[in-house]
Amino acid sequence: MKKINYSEITSEKVYRKRRFFVKSLGLGLGSLSLGSLPLISNTFANVSENQPTSFKDITTYNNYYEFGTGKSDPHLKSQSFKTKPWTIKIEGEIEKPIELSIEEILSSFSSEERVLKLRCVEGWSMIIPWIGFSLNKIINKVKLKPNAKFVEFETVYDPEQMIGQRRPILNWPYKEGLRIDEAMHPLTTVVTGLYGKSLPKQNGAPLRIFVPWKYGFKSAKAIVKIKFVKNPPNTAWMNASPREYGFYSNVNPNVNHPRWSQASERVIGGNLLSPRVETQIFNGYGDDVANLYSGMDLKKNF
Amino acid sequence: MLTQINQKYLKIVIFIFSLGPIFFIIYQIITNQLGPEPIKDITHHTGKWTLYFIVITLAMTPLKNITKLNIWANYRRMFGLFIFFYASVHLMTYVGLDYRFDLTSIGDDIIKKKYIFIGFSAWLLLIPLALTSNKRMMKILKDKWKKLHRLIYLISLFGSIHYLWLVKRDLTEPLIFLTVILILLAFRFKSKSN
Repeated sequence: MKKINYSEITSEKVYRKRRFFVKSLGLGLGSLSLGSLPLISNTFANVSENQPTSFKDITTYNNYYEFGTGKSDPHLKSQSFKTKPWTIKIEGEIEKPIELSIEEILSSFSSEERVLKLRCVEGWSMIIPWIGFSLNKIINKVKLKPNAKFVEFETVYDPEQMIGQRRPILNWPYKEGLRIDEAMHPLTTVVTGLYGKSLPKQNGAPLRIFVPWKYGFKSAKAIVKIKFVKNPPNTAWMNASPREYGFYSNVNPNVNHPRWSQASERVIGGNLLSPRVETQIFNGYGDDVANLYSGMDLKKNF
Repeated sequence: MLTQINQKYLKIVIFIFSLGPIFFIIYQIITNQLGPEPIKDITHHTGKWTLYFIVITLAMTPLKNITKLNIWANYRRMFGLFIFFYASVHLMTYVGLDYRFDLTSIGDDIIKKKYIFIGFSAWLLLIPLALTSNKRMMKILKDKWKKLHRLIYLISLFGSIHYLWLVKRDLTEPLIFLTVILILLAFRFKSKSN
């Protein structure tokens, strides 16, 4: 069994200091960049009251069925997964389809730290210091046709390397999707790293999406295709059980799930005596995103 | 053949071994070996051992018939009590440790989540069996005792369905378990029709 050598990784203490440094910088000069995202700077302020989950828990407790259904399967079985070379196709309802290599993406878009909360549909949550940038930066580079109403993300299909794909647990390749205005929202993040490092394989390297106000499965990993489409894409989990997993899958304590409590959650990193925590609508990002759904019945459109 | 004294010692040994899973989880708690969701680990561990003891208990009669040895039947009641023991620890982990006796949320779960409803029903059905599992009650109830304790067949099905309904996607394990239960139940009907 191959173990990750944690000594190679920034210790949490040093890391927190550095984060503090970044934050104090942000108050001065950083307002130039954060100023363009007033909503996010607010959100960061709210969430950073909480300590980030440890690097160990973030990288050893994952749902990533491409590498197996156990929580430790992803970190145990993804280490030889090849993330280079890697290209991402951007196609569908756009003027000119393009292919971008991961290197091109990393050099064309500047990443920043975004401490965002992940709420899994299974009733647990983590606070993760992601590295990434808003998806809308990529979308703004391509010219959308008027028919581009939704965006579909597709994970790589490679059963040779991804042993979980050898069994039809889900309809491979994994697909997820967003409405175009959700995709354009500044909080919808293209993730390239976490804890100041490049993205670990078990977390979706080399590139994944992260949508903090939706249940974790909405955030597709190891993306090879971003496709703009006219109709709502049929996603992997909707395919598996449409009654349980809706297209929107916004974190919502008022919408019951047959298996897990959505009214409360367990914060990863606690011990036996840590209480459950009340789940917040939109995972606490309601101030930023609730307007996307004004007038919609969220119980119906779950 | 085992002498009566040996049988008595054997019973003590089996008793201690049956407590093994609870010692194991306590050891893991003390040495901090549980994962990032420790309460979930305890819940799953005690739930699984409830199911294992259901299988063990239901296997005693077929083993008795196949091997033509009566000794198996001597441990059936004890194993049955271990079902109740692990099921109760399982339930208390959920009620006390996970939900901290938040009875509103728990009541809501029982009504809204069918796997909790059926699991809780199975535990309720175990209570009369546990209460009547002594020699005195056997004598008092006579023929009715056997009839009453056939409830374990229903409980075993409830337990399997509880497991089947709570699993998210990969149904392999609960289906294996359900198959084993159905085979063990089939022995009953087979021997009856013979």
